[in-house]
Amino acid sequence: MSGPAIQVERLVFAYPDGRQALFGVDFTVERGERVALLGPNGAGKTTLVLHLNGILGSVAGGTGSGRIQIGGTGLHREHLTEIRRKVGLVFQDPDDQLFMPTVRDDVAFGPANLGLRGSELDDRVHEALVQVGMQDQADLAPHHLSFGQRRRVAVATVLAMRPEVLVLDEPSSNLDPAARRELADILAGLDVTLLMITHDLPYALQLCERSLLMDGGRIVADGKTRDLLGDADLMAAHRLELPYGFDPLSVPGPERS
Amino acid sequence: MSGDGLLVAVDSPVHRVPAQVKLVALFVFVLAVVSTPAAIFWAFGLYAVMLVAAVAVAKLPATVVSRRLAVETPFIVFALLLPFVATGPQVDVLGLHLSQSGVLGAWNVLAKGTLGVIAAILLSATTAPRDLLAGLERLRLPATLVAILSFMVRYLSVVSDDLHRMRVARESRGYTGGRVGHLKAVAGGVGALFVRSFERGERVHLAMRSRGYTGRMPLLSVSGATRAQWFEGLAISLAAVTIAVAARVVSL
Repeated sequence: MSGPAIQVERLVFAYPDGRQALFGVDFTVERGERVALLGPNGAGKTTLVLHLNGILGSVAGGTGSGRIQIGGTGLHREHLTEIRRKVGLVFQDPDDQLFMPTVRDDVAFGPANLGLRGSELDDRVHEALVQVGMQDQADLAPHHLSFGQRRRVAVATVLAMRPEVLVLDEPSSNLDPAARRELADILAGLDVTLLMITHDLPYALQLCERSLLMDGGRIVADGKTRDLLGDADLMAAHRLELPYGFDPLSVPGPERS
Repeated sequence: MSGDGLLVAVDSPVHRVPAQVKLVALFVFVLAVVSTPAAIFWAFGLYAVMLVAAVAVAKLPATVVSRRLAVETPFIVFALLLPFVATGPQVDVLGLHLSQSGVLGAWNVLAKGTLGVIAAILLSATTAPRDLLAGLERLRLPATLVAILSFMVRYLSVVSDDLHRMRVARESRGYTGGRVGHLKAVAGGVGALFVRSFERGERVHLAMRSRGYTGRMPLLSVSGATRAQWFEGLAISLAAVTIAVAARVVSL
């Protein structure tokens, strides 16, 4: 096992209705990196991350071309199970991700599909729930949890598969400030490669040293989050705006320099 | 366990009986009750005593049971009509001319219906939805059906929340409408709800595939019921079968 955590080369994709979403995407994420994927609505961010575990794209029978490698393994049909274990995708709406009757069943779904059974499975479930601080809610039904708790369980369902790359689609959306901070603490404490779609620019700065800026199906900028957020012309050109009064140069980030 | 569905969350011996045992017990009990001749009144008395005892052991409040009995109302209406519409020899009760077979028929529907409904209430109030699913799975219900039921349990509240939000949104914009207008809005709402739910289904399927789903759901249950649990859970049903057989023999 070698090579970067994510390597995407010349990725092109069009939806079945003919609408082209990706126009040649190239980027590389090294192991252990935390990268934010920024961009306006409709830029193709979600389409891109759905390629990373083979849900969309030529491997799933769609129209598109390009090459994706996850941890040195090429994304081919015969490696799909392996790739889906390596890439953990956390969806935006936790109600889409949590579909089993209880939290425990839901977190067990992924590892059970990987072939884990019995006490090994129970340990894996417990470990993942402890990582997000939800071990006391294991027997509850998902609809009895608060939205923030559901988001954390959604992260646990993916962590239970011990992914090499954690991909999150707007993890801070719809969270109240306390739940947003709690999730940041959890994400900052995880020892995995992280790719995070977000419109929450301070969140990107807090968690990710590097950012990719996407617009119109292409990567238009790739660099330090602080530099990107500080470039007013670049931001304005791609419909990105900082919250009122937020100065990216004055707050501490993950660099710890 | 999770306090939801129709479960009354207390701990009792009936709650602890495995769900698959309770399902079989309910099925056998209802079969026994239904096959008892209507004219053997003492048999129904015995069934009722056993059920009341079971409800007491399960620590179910009488008010909960009587409130849930309301689902039986349409059958009661039908049963009360029977003596007036049935033909045959007549009897006079309080100055009313009633059909003899109609009275017996009404009793038949009322007694068997009520016993069956109380038994079903007993099951639903002592078993969490998830355990019920696990029980059905252990009883070898096809996995696809178990999965469909499990999604229904999970998403019923999500969909009804959707419906509620759509109604609030409609009414906040001053929608009152008449009876006809209301029906029209509800019809449109149901259409939109279907599309929303369909799209959610697609997203759920994506999420499942992302976590390695290949067409088989993992099993919900791990352990079966012991022999002692089967005997404990089936005690009332086996007694009911004995009574039903005895009643058959007596009425010969």
